[in-house]
Amino acid sequence: MKAAYAWGGILVIVFASVVGDILLARAMKQVGDVHALWSRAGLWAVVSRILGNPNFFLGVTAMAVAFFSLLFALSWGDVSLVAPAAASLTFIGNAFAAKIFLHEKVDRRRWIAAMLVAAGVALLAG
Amino acid sequence: MLSHGMKQAGNISLHHLQGVILAVLNPWVAVGIVLLLAFFASYMNALSWADLTYVLPATSLGYVLLALVAKFALQEEVSPLRWLGIALISGGVGFVAGGPALTAHDHQHDDKSALLAKDARNGAPTKDGVPAEEIVPSRVQP
Repeated sequence: MKAAYAWGGILVIVFASVVGDILLARAMKQVGDVHALWSRAGLWAVVSRILGNPNFFLGVTAMAVAFFSLLFALSWGDVSLVAPAAASLTFIGNAFAAKIFLHEKVDRRRWIAAMLVAAGVALLAG
Repeated sequence: MLSHGMKQAGNISLHHLQGVILAVLNPWVAVGIVLLLAFFASYMNALSWADLTYVLPATSLGYVLLALVAKFALQEEVSPLRWLGIALISGGVGFVAGGPALTAHDHQHDDKSALLAKDARNGAPTKDGVPAEEIVPSRVQP
């Protein structure tokens, strides 16, 4: 039963952090190239444009949800299960979500990269 | 790229220390928060000109640096399984770094600001619908 809780927690973490990453990435694509904007309009233009973007706040909120659900999941399951499983599944989930929602061209090269990194993170974090 | 990596490493390793020392040493927490903010700022910056599927594998280099710090600075034992993990992550990052940084096509919702930013970088007006990868790689050189 505890394992079910742990895996449920892991799924919530993965879902929340994928949503957060997608929203933050979309926000920054809407803001545009920070470097160009900075050299053209200054730091405050960059900051105000980022802070004025609703996707940015939704993304940060989702990240906070992911963080707190990590704390919950850690109380239900072992660190050696929860941390690597959540981290590596997030990479896989992000590859899917970036393809669907951000229209990124996730070609074979990137799929292989996502798999390799997910496997590596699982080994390192475990 | 290196400074990104270093900031992430600082973030992740201090995050680790943070959990351990949290209650005892406040300066560590402050440093950890500052580095966390630095990580977040550089992460946001990277996302503004590169794909999520490009940036994320790169941030995972933080795990590799963390393991190397543990090995050489903290004299911890790094097991063969973990070396394999380091190799896998490095291979994955190398894989994705060989490709283009930005593949997503600009959509209407990417609005004027994105186009203006491109104008500023090119010094010339950009037509709507120009594939972004024609413009961006100049900034992706290591």
